[in-house]
Amino acid sequence: MLALNETWYLVLAAMIFTIGSVGLLTRKNPLVMFMCVELMLNAVNLTFVTFSKALDDIAGQAIVFFVMVVAAAEVVVGLGIIVAIMRRRQGADADDISLMRG
Amino acid sequence: MKVEMFTFLLTAAICLAGSAGVVLLRNPVHNALSLVATLFGVAVLFIQQGAYFLAAIQVIVYAGAIVILFLFVIMLLGVDKAEGLHSEPILGQRPAAIAAAVAILGLSLTALLSVGSRVTGQASTLAAIDGSEPNVNALAKVLFTDYVFAFEITSVLLTVAVVGAVVLSRKAGLAIDVDEFPEGTSSDLLQAKRDAAAEELEVAEEVATDDETPEGEAETTEEALR
Repeated sequence: MLALNETWYLVLAAMIFTIGSVGLLTRKNPLVMFMCVELMLNAVNLTFVTFSKALDDIAGQAIVFFVMVVAAAEVVVGLGIIVAIMRRRQGADADDISLMRG
Repeated sequence: MKVEMFTFLLTAAICLAGSAGVVLLRNPVHNALSLVATLFGVAVLFIQQGAYFLAAIQVIVYAGAIVILFLFVIMLLGVDKAEGLHSEPILGQRPAAIAAAVAILGLSLTALLSVGSRVTGQASTLAAIDGSEPNVNALAKVLFTDYVFAFEITSVLLTVAVVGAVVLSRKAGLAIDVDEFPEGTSSDLLQAKRDAAAEELEVAEEVATDDETPEGEAETTEEALR
């Protein structure tokens, strides 16, 4: 049986990242696009933690901490923008909001 | 090793199924719940690699706060209906997306698998995980020494995000639209209650002073008797 090493984690992270990017490129609901961005961020976080363990360096985990904070702030502001847009146009999707006007 | 491998494979299956659900399911609520599955899976993988603090943060912040925020917005906006997928305005968007996916996955898998199981790079000398102190202590030590400036900036970022969210989610224009409250705003109601209470107090004081006058007269009569 194959031994569990870093490559397994990195391959899994690459798969999650790819699935997230496909969702971001194909879905049109802005909320779902946001969720796909979260998927990609999580894949990168997993990569960071894997390298942190492989290279025996806690700094990788510190970076993940900051990524999580930025992701939380990004979600708050992004959902605020989506709510502001959706109030004006019910059922708007990403094609309707291609202009930077509400 | 067998237990670790089993845990990894199970968690990886959950992660991949969850992320596929985020992309493929039509209902946004189902998408959010699939996202929770993936986030929990990643938390398990964090624990497996010794990042205990990050695993806890992952569950509390991501699964506990961010996804709940998503669900709140979904329910608030009422967009929990299935998305119409028949229209595709940009010609060839899907094939292009699939091509991009193949490119990303192929490139990263080639890079990962061509080097075998080795991870290139140098092991840390300054912030090594030597196992002598718990994960939380080690992370805290790094966060409050090497990255303390970034840590402080983070608090500014969160404050900016909160202010931005409040400004964005307020209705454009005036602070409060009074037409929404036919009986007046809550501050108006409070002021009215305060006025009523003050009037009652005045009436009560007047009654009290009326009561006092006979006593005063009685005192004067007593003094006169002396």
